[in-house]
Amino acid sequence: MTKTVAIIGGGVAGLETAKQLNSLGYSVKLFEKTNTLGGHVAKWDRLFPNKRHASEVVSSLTLSQGNTQTLTETTVHSIKRENQGFVISANSSNHEADAVVLATGFELFPAEKKEEYGYGLFENVITSADLEQMFKKHGKPVMASGHKPVRIAFIHCVGSRDEKVNRPYCSKVCCVTAVKQAIEVKEALPNSEVFCFYMDLRTFGPGYEDLYKEAQSKGVTFIRGRLSESSEIEGGRVLIKAEDTLASTPLKMSVDIVVLMVGMSPLRSTNKLATDLGLSINADGFIAATDLHTNPTGTATNGVFVAGACTGPNNITDTVNAAKATALDVHNYLSR
Amino acid sequence: MIDFGFTPLVASITDLDKANVNLAKQLTEQDPSFALCISCGSCSATCTAGQFTKFSFRVMCHQIRKGNAKEAIAEASKCMLCGKCTLACPRNVNTRNIISLVRKAQTTTP
Amino acid sequence: MKLEGKRKIWNEYQKDIADDKYFYVRSCIRQAVFPGSENTYLRIMRDVLKKDVHESAHHTTCTGIGYHTEVVPFETIQTVVARNFALMREAGYENYTPSCVTSFGIYTEILDTWHHFPEEKKRTAEYLKKATQRDFQEPGNMAHTSDIIYKFRHQIAEKAKYKLVNRITGLPLKVVDHIGCHYAKMFPEKGIGGAEHPHVLAGLIEAFGGEVIDYPERRHCCGFGFRQYFIKANRGYSIAASKKKFESMEPYQPDLILTNCPGCNYFMDRWQYALAEMEGKTYDTQGNGIPVLAYEELAGLMLGFDPWEMGLQMHQVGIETLMDKIGIPYNLSEKYKGAKGEDLGVPESPRNIKFYK
Repeated sequence: MTKTVAIIGGGVAGLETAKQLNSLGYSVKLFEKTNTLGGHVAKWDRLFPNKRHASEVVSSLTLSQGNTQTLTETTVHSIKRENQGFVISANSSNHEADAVVLATGFELFPAEKKEEYGYGLFENVITSADLEQMFKKHGKPVMASGHKPVRIAFIHCVGSRDEKVNRPYCSKVCCVTAVKQAIEVKEALPNSEVFCFYMDLRTFGPGYEDLYKEAQSKGVTFIRGRLSESSEIEGGRVLIKAEDTLASTPLKMSVDIVVLMVGMSPLRSTNKLATDLGLSINADGFIAATDLHTNPTGTATNGVFVAGACTGPNNITDTVNAAKATALDVHNYLSR
Repeated sequence: MIDFGFTPLVASITDLDKANVNLAKQLTEQDPSFALCISCGSCSATCTAGQFTKFSFRVMCHQIRKGNAKEAIAEASKCMLCGKCTLACPRNVNTRNIISLVRKAQTTTP
Repeated sequence: MKLEGKRKIWNEYQKDIADDKYFYVRSCIRQAVFPGSENTYLRIMRDVLKKDVHESAHHTTCTGIGYHTEVVPFETIQTVVARNFALMREAGYENYTPSCVTSFGIYTEILDTWHHFPEEKKRTAEYLKKATQRDFQEPGNMAHTSDIIYKFRHQIAEKAKYKLVNRITGLPLKVVDHIGCHYAKMFPEKGIGGAEHPHVLAGLIEAFGGEVIDYPERRHCCGFGFRQYFIKANRGYSIAASKKKFESMEPYQPDLILTNCPGCNYFMDRWQYALAEMEGKTYDTQGNGIPVLAYEELAGLMLGFDPWEMGLQMHQVGIETLMDKIGIPYNLSEKYKGAKGEDLGVPESPRNIKFYK
């Protein structure tokens, strides 16, 4: 009899795991709480490091699903072990499965928690996700008034490496995202001035350092200092303050748009599914891996696996790799 | 001594073999958060004192680590103790406490 | 500005404030520079709101200024604070309400210290016992007096004779709020509205019908500091901090600066005079300067209290411009009369800032 695998989450991790398990011949049920597949990536315009359209990645993943049974707008309330398998209750019906993969992903850091930055208060303080929406809709950033911005500042590490908001970890992808977006702004609005305020630039992946260099050559100014506060001034413009730490002087400037590079936060609601299954949560609030080096996708509970950013901030490449590894783990488990 | 009209320059290099880092060690013992600064500049960006003087909490800590305790202690008196830097620090460095420890160190550091 | 965003923050930072039966402790600075303001507070609390406010003649300074300038050791200030707490319990009260923001910060910080380091509290109790034979308990509730006025702002506004509205144009007057650093920057959760966007004074301005003006340097310190102002050689640094604020608020042409800290009220007022005489500049358009009031002075004015009885003639920047805009009558011939009508003499006129006499 064909064994069934339930995958919770229809983002990149869930889709890739589903695709692999499908091709290994399992019956796959994919639960997605929203009405679209692709997770956060589906809301993104273009991707680092090569600025390809995010929709290409999402459609490549969704089109290769084969027989995956996709249940959108379906929220999983609980997962219970029964006999040798699991019962997943989602919306108001129950589903049986022989193995469960948690691919529940993350949430973007709620930027309004950094009160001093003014998100939700000042109309031209936006997040990196808001900027992607602007690129999707208008192909360029636009001020709330509809005016063309002349000066734009990117603020790195918003909701990352910040113990004041209980996010002590690095979210890994925001530095390179800011560099990518800064280049895109320069391309869309060549006369604009673009500034990146960073603490440390962490451009670790293939092609990321090239992107950093490209941004420099396109005239993006990098200032080593973390934003301390912003205030709204005339015309809805924003006055920001930081320290230019390399010059050891405080610095202030007015800009038309402030872009907060929001980090990846653990999704507390789905963490409950994990803890109910006996999984543990690490110090950063993500699902803990059994062994960081030798078993990053396994868990302490037989038949339960994890994939993607529910285990910590990840880029698409690493998420896809994790998903493939998870699929293999599931296969080994089910063919014992 | 003969006045040649010039004297040999004194090296401005940080020499960690000769630096007196006792204050840094003492502060780290008294308040372990002293060691956690990553020089992001949030404290100095929001600092009232730093707007009008060369005072910078971040630079002061750095000077202490390099053995320039005397200059750092003199700097500490410029702080107005308003508390905004403690609020801004992403590493939870207990900035006000460290300032008061540095001020006290004036009389207690070997 | 999205007001709903601010309201969300304001709702998140609210705190429990006692309803009645307050133990009141005075500020050192205000006694000297704005002696009428604390009496105004007591008048509002007792006569208007009918609250029980108790004062002990035995209470002392919290020694905060000495502590911040390092002439008073931490052990001493803790013992002095414990003694004031003991006086409150002996009088049968448990709601502690300091008039000074520096004190409020000191009390909050010491209570927090005792919470995290109970051995400090134990040692303080021993010192207090040895020195005074007294025992103390922590307050049941502690709030700054601006919190108390905030709590009753709607009741006060209901009884008010005037509004923060321009009598001629009918438009709300523009008010900037300035919050003392030690009100919430050290412990944001202890301040109404938090540290970044406090509501404690903004709420009062709204209740009286004024318009709250946010300006870029709103959060900046007034520059008092402690050793900064007290040492004359450092005063240039102190006045520069206030100047930075005046320059930042100037484009918004505020009608009033509202403060909740004795030091800030003092410096926002006096430095305008000093800057006018030093540089020939005022930060309004008429050469008057921008009037500066504390929360209870504003409340008293709105309630129709006589400005000179409240001691508003002690302000260097004339309050007359504000009273004229609102339509509050005042008698200039009474301005420099004592309580019994005796002539106190008119101060020397400044040269570069308007003086009403």
